Amino acid sequence: MNDILTIINFTYVVAAALFIIGLKLLSHPDTARKGNFVSALGMLLAVLITLLDQQIISYHYIVLGFVIGGAVGAWKARTIQMTAMPEMVSLFNGFGGLASLILGWATFAGMDLLTLQTESIFVFVTLLFTILVGGITFSGSVVAWGKLSGKIKAKAFIFKGLRELSVLHLVAIAVVGYLFVTAPSTSLWLYLGIALALSFGLWATISIGGADMPVVIALLNSYSGIAASAAGLATGNTILVVTGLLVGASGLILTSVMCKAMNRSLINVLLSGFAKPVAAGEKIEGEIKVLSAQDAFYVLEAAQAVLVVPGYGMAVAQAQHAVRELQSLLEENGATVDYAIHAVAGRMPGHMNVLLAEADVPYDQLYEMEDVNPRMENYDVVIVIGANDVVNPAAKEMKGSPIYGMPVIEAYRAKTVFVLKRSADAGFAGVDNPLFFKDNTRMVLGDAKDTINSIVREFAEA
Amino acid sequence: MEIIYLLFVVLLAAFLGVELIRKVPATLHTPLMSGSNAISGITLVGALAASGGDSNLLTTILGTAAVALASINVVGGYWVTDRMLGMFKKKAKPGVQK
Repeated sequence: MNDILTIINFTYVVAAALFIIGLKLLSHPDTARKGNFVSALGMLLAVLITLLDQQIISYHYIVLGFVIGGAVGAWKARTIQMTAMPEMVSLFNGFGGLASLILGWATFAGMDLLTLQTESIFVFVTLLFTILVGGITFSGSVVAWGKLSGKIKAKAFIFKGLRELSVLHLVAIAVVGYLFVTAPSTSLWLYLGIALALSFGLWATISIGGADMPVVIALLNSYSGIAASAAGLATGNTILVVTGLLVGASGLILTSVMCKAMNRSLINVLLSGFAKPVAAGEKIEGEIKVLSAQDAFYVLEAAQAVLVVPGYGMAVAQAQHAVRELQSLLEENGATVDYAIHAVAGRMPGHMNVLLAEADVPYDQLYEMEDVNPRMENYDVVIVIGANDVVNPAAKEMKGSPIYGMPVIEAYRAKTVFVLKRSADAGFAGVDNPLFFKDNTRMVLGDAKDTINSIVREFAEA
Repeated sequence: MEIIYLLFVVLLAAFLGVELIRKVPATLHTPLMSGSNAISGITLVGALAASGGDSNLLTTILGTAAVALASINVVGGYWVTDRMLGMFKKKAKPGVQK
């Protein structure tokens, strides 16, 4: 091993340590920003030292690629709305997958005939794996991005023969994969593998409904890391192997958190498109009681403890800043205000927390479901803003409900529940909500932001 | 032997990753995801050699495309994560004026 190679590899070890320290610092909001910086430092170090590699003889194209990519990334990072973070993360998952796919392809294209015949089978297996995972990540992420940004219908797209098509795909991938590994000098197998991976990712994601997208993004996040790691195995680059796996582990943990929060298995989510529609459960009895914003104000004025349960509707209405204003007024009035965030509220893990942080809500006022449920009776008013399934008592009461068994924020046990909603129909997942019909529930219909602003005005006038 | 050594690395990194990420609180899950977007841009390191190496035209074109894509993730991922984490604030202690 020559000196430069030793220096490069040693620096990779340092970079890996920085990534690990960075992730460790991310475990607390106070140190998280520093952690991100440490991680970025590790990346800078790894990239700079790689440029010393003697195999690199021209820097024109590297600079060209970096300038283009860096400009796009910087522009996206600066201009993206916090409500649109899920779309951005899925798009970035896709870029990560595509980068690994192309790197795998480039590695293959750079092999001469002799290498193709003598290289070990391990390299071709990992190369194949890189291309497959990268391809599935890319097309799957593009579909997820389309569903989240409303460019394609969010509903699960199901047609007859989808199951057969998927099985056929897996068989074809296995066959083409075998042919590629045994006869790598025929590049046709590689191209077929790429095409199959792309179309498999497409069908696998398009058949999953919009409400399950948080799980899908987390899973694709994991795949993008695994693809990078596989590319590292194929090119014998340890820093890629280690770092890719850190990302892979992160995505897998988030996936399992999401699945647990919905009380479903990953398989159940991925194959949800194939499930038979659930037979209509019991009819919901009772009537909806509507309350005006003005009357809502009178109740809130007398309240001592208020809990806010936000959902994706809050993001759509851009109501987080109005909510923050209401919080200040309530606190000045002597009430305590807490927030309860369900793990699957919003369109990605932790989405609500970021939106509320953007509106200057301190993070130590945000609680998880397990923290608020035991003391739900103590809250005078629970304000449900743009959330539906995560407060749906059907998950506990109605055996026939599609969300039966999912742990929910038990808002109905509070003294009064305000549901801020555009209209009284079913939510994103299309499930009926008996909470709307409870005796202690009042529906405040209309745009959530307008409603809260009216309440805020009432406070100002009082 | 090289393969066995790589598989050891795979095993240890996977377990380390799980242990590290498990400790990240739910409130930081979105920054965690955008941060891992950035970290998965490590593909950039692999792409550099393909883009600038002494190789055929196809490899150079593909390598440059991979550099561009991975750079989007690295620059965009770290930047947006920093933007987000800058917004997380603790409740001001009673009596302490900002």
